[in-house]
Amino acid sequence: MSDAHSTAHPALAHHFPDLDAQRSAASLGMWLFLVTEILFFGGLLIAYAVYRGLYPVAFAAASRHLNVTLGAVNTVVLICSSLTMALAVHAAALGKRKAIVGWLAATILLGSVFLGVKVVEYHDKWEDQLVPGLRWGSAEHVAHELKLSGADLDHAQLYFSLYFGLTGLHALHMIVGIPILAWIAWRARRGEFSADYNTPVELTGLYWHFVDIVWIFLFPLLYLVGHH
Amino acid sequence: MATTEANVHQNGHPHVVPVRTYLLVFLALLVGTWLTVFAAGKDFGAFNTVVALTIAITKATLVILFFMHVKYSGRLIQVVLVAAFGWLILLLTIVSDYYSPRTDGTVPSRATITRQ
Repeated sequence: MSDAHSTAHPALAHHFPDLDAQRSAASLGMWLFLVTEILFFGGLLIAYAVYRGLYPVAFAAASRHLNVTLGAVNTVVLICSSLTMALAVHAAALGKRKAIVGWLAATILLGSVFLGVKVVEYHDKWEDQLVPGLRWGSAEHVAHELKLSGADLDHAQLYFSLYFGLTGLHALHMIVGIPILAWIAWRARRGEFSADYNTPVELTGLYWHFVDIVWIFLFPLLYLVGHH
Repeated sequence: MATTEANVHQNGHPHVVPVRTYLLVFLALLVGTWLTVFAAGKDFGAFNTVVALTIAITKATLVILFFMHVKYSGRLIQVVLVAAFGWLILLLTIVSDYYSPRTDGTVPSRATITRQ
């Protein structure tokens, strides 16, 4: 044992027999975290589904106020970033240092584009006074803006609360993810990863793909409710 | 020692997925996105949501299996993931049953909420 460890890879922690066991444990840990994330976003989406079921008219009208083009463009941007992330993990598995850094940089760029588009969308809602709690217009204004009346105005406010809650938490995950990508790219550039050891790249990939999956559900549910 | 290292090198690594697979999944995701927008423009009545969710679940499955390598992962990770979706479906089932109309046509939860 001690002999094996004295010649072992520097990234191998002393409580693991080999890098493969270490990778399996790390991977399982990451998946357990992602599973909690699935239930976290899942619960929120179910809350959204319940209120949409109760107030279909208000939710469709409020949803029509979102910019489908920007939402679709962002979906494509995020799918592209998932591809570049997958290619970074692929490069890591082959130990290609420059390719890891390059693909991670592309992923960071695409992630930033997504957030930039999100800023534009949030700004539009701010201008239209459709931000619950912070800038919600008068009853007349909202009635005119969304072509709704009566209790549906309150229900539309519920829609926008869920919209900002869901997309905000999704965006927060990306805001957390981008510095992690940069950190991993920096470590890759220093030559920390090889074909033998690249678990951090792989786990960051899992996180990034998860964020993509959340958006795959958010886009149709939030943007396309009242589309037809 | 050299032999051990060689063995680890051959067997220890996760399956290296070919780039072609990634590109095919990527194309499928783009087509799925286009299909989602296209289908949302048509009126299928109550089935619009079903169509949208079916496409979304298909896209998510592709990402999980190929981009996240679950197709090539160990059984334990697959079990953990299936268990998570099992709990999510359980939550969804209980909640949707609670909020669906009763046999007498009323939705108690809706009455409670709107009375406030």
